[in-house]
Amino acid sequence: MKTDQKNFVQKKDIEGPSAPQESRWQEFWRLLRRNRLAVAGLIIFVAFFFIALAGLVLTSGTSPVFDPAMVRLQEKLRPPLSEPRLEDLRPEEVPTLGIYLLGTDDLGRDVFSRMLQGAWVSSTVGFVAVGIAVLIGICMGGISGYFGRNPVRVDHILVAFCVVVGGGLLLAGAPFSGGVLLLIGCAYILSPLWWRKAWGRQSATRVMRFLYKDALSIDTLIMRLVDIMLCFPVFFLILTVVALLPASMYNIMIVIGLTSWMGTTRFVRAELLSLREQDFVTAAKALGVSDWRIIFRHMIPNAMAPVLVSATIGIASAILIEAGLSFLGFGVPPPHATWGNILSDGKRFIFDAPWLTFIPGFAILIVVLAFNLFGEGLRDILNPKLRERY
Amino acid sequence: MLSVQDLTVHFIGNGRVARALEGVSYEVRTGETVCLVGESGCGKTVSALTILGIIPQPPAQIMGGTVLFDGQNLLDLGEREMEKIRGNRIAMVFQEPMTSLNPVFTVGDQIRETIMIHERVNEKAVRKRCIQLLKDVGIPSPEERLKDYPHQLSGGQRQRVMIAMALACNPDVVIADEPTTALDVTIQAQILNLFRELQRTRQMSLLYITHDLGVVAHIADRIYVMYAGIIVEQGDTAHIFHDPRHPYTQGLLVSLPSRTKRGSTLHTIPGTVPDPAYKPGGCPFHPRCQFAIESCGMEFPGMCDYGEGHVSRCPVLYERARPPHGAA
Repeated sequence: MKTDQKNFVQKKDIEGPSAPQESRWQEFWRLLRRNRLAVAGLIIFVAFFFIALAGLVLTSGTSPVFDPAMVRLQEKLRPPLSEPRLEDLRPEEVPTLGIYLLGTDDLGRDVFSRMLQGAWVSSTVGFVAVGIAVLIGICMGGISGYFGRNPVRVDHILVAFCVVVGGGLLLAGAPFSGGVLLLIGCAYILSPLWWRKAWGRQSATRVMRFLYKDALSIDTLIMRLVDIMLCFPVFFLILTVVALLPASMYNIMIVIGLTSWMGTTRFVRAELLSLREQDFVTAAKALGVSDWRIIFRHMIPNAMAPVLVSATIGIASAILIEAGLSFLGFGVPPPHATWGNILSDGKRFIFDAPWLTFIPGFAILIVVLAFNLFGEGLRDILNPKLRERY
Repeated sequence: MLSVQDLTVHFIGNGRVARALEGVSYEVRTGETVCLVGESGCGKTVSALTILGIIPQPPAQIMGGTVLFDGQNLLDLGEREMEKIRGNRIAMVFQEPMTSLNPVFTVGDQIRETIMIHERVNEKAVRKRCIQLLKDVGIPSPEERLKDYPHQLSGGQRQRVMIAMALACNPDVVIADEPTTALDVTIQAQILNLFRELQRTRQMSLLYITHDLGVVAHIADRIYVMYAGIIVEQGDTAHIFHDPRHPYTQGLLVSLPSRTKRGSTLHTIPGTVPDPAYKPGGCPFHPRCQFAIESCGMEFPGMCDYGEGHVSRCPVLYERARPPHGAA
């Protein structure tokens, strides 16, 4: 410790008046440490991550350490920290820790094991859903921000319509009309191979001129799509979709992901609009870097700050949505315990066994709060305009 | 090597047309340093960006002309083919070293990328080349600098890195767009010397864009003087400096601060560069020109040949002129 300090002082002396070089991470830590709530959020974030990992390792497999599905009807609704009545239990039914740390539910299942498994399910849903949302958001925002000025022609719209509606009809069981539409669309896409070369764009008839008219820009298209998606009350949209789809953890993740990419899209687009005018983008172009490479390798890393923030907060809201769905009975189906369905099962016994409601409730509260606090701390650090406050 | 002919580029937007380039022609021969001189906004950078095909269209629109490089018209090439030329055969160094490097990647990553895009070489060879490049552009302890981020380097070093990136694939032509403007004078001289040396050792052609005549005298073989989107005078460095035949060039030269005229007021050219959307008719320089006669405002001036490649766009001075170089 002492030597460390000494070295530090010496190093500073050598560097003299020039500012000591600080790596990105050091600066990050220095700024983060000032925000206690964000640090607390980060600690809970990390702890939650390990708990979830433990949840996966310890509660899955054929003979898990903590078995969340072990039913002991004679031990139902035991309060937290109560000793098991060993005389009633077969050896394999005895809880691993020797006591019911968080009590048992109405089927005598160990709530602690179920919470562990729920932590894993919640975090998976949160991370995967946000991963999907961020991926879509980055692609859409990237295209919108970089290629935004490029026009979408009437024929593009018509072809997209043909392909989408044709495909839809085909799947919905109208093979003839669907097939014809799909064929028209594909034929038009492939037509330049033999056809446009022969006539060229110059000899445009009135129909052709109509087809080549610029209808709207890519930016307009994507941003209006975002607006439309934002108009839906997301929770009810998800409820509807989940009600139609077979219930499974994967469907939940995908549906949450597909309905929460709009914020990221907007952030990425906004960042890219300003980055596009930066010299290093022109410089990269001048060195022969292709457009897609510029977007994804040069610009997106520069635009990650707001995406990271919204992703952190997005995980919290995905966990919340999943819990809400599970609470309503539309969420992850029964063999998996999730915080939402523990809560939902427990609400019938709220007066007899309040821990069944309060424990998952608090867990959700703390995790969501932690993610939000950390996300906000991150935003303050990564946004140079807000940084001035410190 | 590289020849621009009759290049006309307009910027269209907000209901007005800014004529940035109006029939600009110049050429850069193999192993030659050519300077494009002119005030801000006269179209120097636009012409460079047009050569590389990275001028944003819209708002810009290429109305006509050709950019011949190795017998190919670059304006006709598709995006894919242009990507193979940019950075590989023609490279560019930009004005602002502070912002022209991507802040989130190390210097090594950025040089490596340029090489990896254009050539198939293994990691080790690339690393070696990166180090050699940094050595060539005069960066001390290049191995360590490879791991540095742009914000850890000084402006001069960043510009050296930019030059290293431009040289990475041994381009035939390097376009340098005011590479020393953002640097202070001592660093400026170093970078200029670096350019001179690199150009000599690598036998590349250099198109150097600047507004600084002091710089021009230092490195140019030939000079093109631009004003308001046209070339007003072109010729060897000696001819331009000792025998300027266009009032604008003459104005620029007497406006240079010099030691001999110390104490006297610095000469300036009256007026300002015209707005490219509302250029005066005839010779665009005539409202500021001390020799202007009535016809200057009416007719667009033609090129007047003084021999030995020295050409000026001022018929008035040509009429009055002493005999051309050749005859004298």
